[in-house]
Amino acid sequence: MGHIDPGAGERAVAEPQTKTETVTASGPEAGGKNEERRPGGIGVVGWARWFWRTLTSMRTALILLFLFALASIPGSIWPQRGVSDAKVFQYFEDSPRLAEWLDRFWLFDVFRAPWFAAIYLLLFLSLIGCVLPRTMTHLRESRRKPPAAPRNLGRLPQHASFEAPLTVEEAAARLRAKRFRVTTGPGWAAAEKGYLRESGNLLFHVALLGLLLAVGIGTLYGYRGNVLVVEGEGFANTVAAYDRYMPGQQVNAESLEPFSFTVEDFQASYIAKGEKTGQPLDFEARLKVEDAPGAPVRDYVLKVNEPLNVNGTQSYLIDHGYAPTFRITDGKGQVAFDGPVPCLVVQPANFTSECVIKVPDAQPEQLGILIGFLPTTVPVGSEWVSVFPGAANPTAQVYGAFAGDLGLKDGRPQSVYELDPDSLKKMKPLVMKADPLAVNEKLTLPGGMGSIEFTGVKEWIALQITHDPGRMPAFVASVLAVAGLVLTLTVRRRRVWVRVHDQAGQPEGESRRVDVGGLTRTEGGDFGEEFTEIVSALNPGIPNPGVKDAR
Amino acid sequence: MPVEVDAGLATLSDQLILATVLLYVFAMIAYALDLAFSRSAGAEARAAKRPALATVGATVGTGADPAAPASAQAETEEPEDRTPPAWVVRVGMVAVGLGWLGWIANLASLITRGLAVDRWPWGNMYEFVVAMCLATVGAFLLMQLRYRVRFLGAFVTVAAALCLGFAVRYLHVQAGPVVPALNSYWVAIHVSAAIVAAGLFIVAAVSGILYLIRKDTAVRLPSRQDLERVAHRAIVIGFPIWTFAVIAGALWADKAWGRYWGWDPKEVWAFITWIVYAAYLHARATAGWKGKAATIVQLVACACLLFNLVGVNIFFGGLHSYAEVP
Ligand code: HEM
Repeated sequence: MGHIDPGAGERAVAEPQTKTETVTASGPEAGGKNEERRPGGIGVVGWARWFWRTLTSMRTALILLFLFALASIPGSIWPQRGVSDAKVFQYFEDSPRLAEWLDRFWLFDVFRAPWFAAIYLLLFLSLIGCVLPRTMTHLRESRRKPPAAPRNLGRLPQHASFEAPLTVEEAAARLRAKRFRVTTGPGWAAAEKGYLRESGNLLFHVALLGLLLAVGIGTLYGYRGNVLVVEGEGFANTVAAYDRYMPGQQVNAESLEPFSFTVEDFQASYIAKGEKTGQPLDFEARLKVEDAPGAPVRDYVLKVNEPLNVNGTQSYLIDHGYAPTFRITDGKGQVAFDGPVPCLVVQPANFTSECVIKVPDAQPEQLGILIGFLPTTVPVGSEWVSVFPGAANPTAQVYGAFAGDLGLKDGRPQSVYELDPDSLKKMKPLVMKADPLAVNEKLTLPGGMGSIEFTGVKEWIALQITHDPGRMPAFVASVLAVAGLVLTLTVRRRRVWVRVHDQAGQPEGESRRVDVGGLTRTEGGDFGEEFTEIVSALNPGIPNPGVKDAR
Repeated sequence: MPVEVDAGLATLSDQLILATVLLYVFAMIAYALDLAFSRSAGAEARAAKRPALATVGATVGTGADPAAPASAQAETEEPEDRTPPAWVVRVGMVAVGLGWLGWIANLASLITRGLAVDRWPWGNMYEFVVAMCLATVGAFLLMQLRYRVRFLGAFVTVAAALCLGFAVRYLHVQAGPVVPALNSYWVAIHVSAAIVAAGLFIVAAVSGILYLIRKDTAVRLPSRQDLERVAHRAIVIGFPIWTFAVIAGALWADKAWGRYWGWDPKEVWAFITWIVYAAYLHARATAGWKGKAATIVQLVACACLLFNLVGVNIFFGGLHSYAEVP
């Protein structure tokens, strides 16, 4: 078992059945009885000691583990901020009162909630409290000699007797050859091996602490940001360039990796026929990357599972959509707008999208235009729908064009994806639901307000850019954890004793009775087989009965 | 990436899965007969005075002569038991044979499906359940090579047959390519590890259920101690594999989504499953939690596992829900 104290061997000998029951994790001084010692009028120190013992007991660890698991469940039931913000928003829209109450208990931020932190901090405190003393004990143990042979080897769980010309020295040598640590005494040899089990166990638990630390470093010193880039446009890694920027508490804006790139081209391919028509097959964006200002430009193909890495800052392709291009001429004949308009995807299956164009420079009045974009347009009755996500027959349909004040000047922040509803009420509708425009077709606005020309189709990609200095440490910690785990679950700690019954003055080379006993301090292992092998190694002369059965 | 689906192979795969279900059902019947009529499991284990799981016969002096008290015991305790008739001996062999045949058909079905679509054949719920049944039966068959766990056969094969039947009836989707996010070698690493671990955990759970329903008088089933050992062994092998699967998942998430851990519902439940299995391992080392309590803990853990593999796809969605539930 994990808890190893100097007396355990002897105790186990006396009561082989209970050898695993007395395990507590808090080191030898706590023993198995800490449950019974209650603080009875011993003041603050006594309480503190009691608290510490309780916290670092195995039972508490077990309960905290359960609480930890239980506490994560709400995180999967309710949408979480930072994971699915849109759904959280929707929740507040749909049932505001309930949402408010849930929010009071941090149920939209479970993994950042104080009560969640309390559980894992207690757990890790308990972990430290039990790993430290165990490490000390283990270090002491590893330098100690195996305990002397008990009197009656026949009472051990594994035992054998035979007659052979074996001396204590010879037995010790053979056990050493089997990589046991051996010590000898008058008429006996004691051997032990499997220390790596406890080492592995400690390594595992310490690695978990390391993992927590790495995650902590990542959240404090890392940042994450989202940005939408249209084909042909570029991005430079500065705070201002992000659409959304989420820094850790310790990040300063100057430390951002100074790379930049332009998106040359984006390609999405879809299944074109059969039952799964429209299912995406592959996305790729071709980038020209400059790792630092003035550095040579390199090509990079960005794909879903292949992020761009610039010195540890990763850029991921996480979404895409259409950005049809329009040229808008105002009432005075001036080109007031000419360029791509990133559209929101309304139906991901066929990329039916909605676009909003705000033209504050239009004369004589500002223009606001709502457009539906269909990548593969097919008429259905008097309507048009998209039947495929690829841009096989793209059209843009003006749902509404409005003239008047867009309300941009009063300083309130507006979404680029919608017209401000208050301003919209005061604007003058020009067109409602026109027929779809094919590429290069033009719609003239009534009342001499100008025209809209659908000039082409581009695509946008959404990127997530992250820098997480805890990534590598977290990785190393988890590899160590697995290594430790494998050791602790596969290695068994076992002891073997040999007693050679010398008759007084018996000459060397003459047969004498040899008792061998063994025990493993790990439950569940079938030590029997190995013990048999050890016995036959000690007694090579006699063939062993039934060492292996054919099962 | 090729779009073509080999329809012939896909159909063959569908037929093979039906054959698998039939073979598992037959194997289940044979295992059940074996369990009911041979007195090997209980009596032999008692005879050797050793747990069923321990390798047979390697004892040096754990009693006097192992054979003697055994026959004495058998005579006194179960006088009605005579040497089992020859057909009972044979039915045990037949059960093992059918089990392996079914497993081979299961494997062949998965391979043909993979070849038909030219990718790893665990891209949706249907394929996933088929693979999990393969892993569960495989874990059992491999354990059977080394340990005396034949008594589990009837329960494992019936569970596999039911799951496959359910998958064929309710989850089946046409063979086809997967979405780009799943198109990665990490599928091979992460999902395979998860499937193998799940197989072991399910075998442990079957053993755990038997542990709980076993009355102390039910002589046909092996002792509680043996059942617990089987479960513990399977979990001890499964837990590091599951840990590895979770870490591989984190590595993949780091490649695909820009963070290695983001508390997506699937991640939350993988984490919960991991914690509860860790709790099981701790429970076994805590006085007062061994046996029944620990068994309940591992069953809870297995419930979390299954909920994650099936329930989360259906109820929660999230980034992981590519898994086309029809
Ligand atoms: C973050 C939470 C923890 C996790 C995930 C965890 C996981 C594990 C695992 C997987 C094992 C291997 C079990 C085995 O050897 O069969 C183990 C063993 C052990 N853990 Fe933890 N542990 C955690 C916290 C703790 C805490 C807080 C304590 C101290 C009270 C503790 C004490 C022990 C001891 C004493 C063993 C050895 C038990 C044995 O040898 O069977 N662990 N732990």
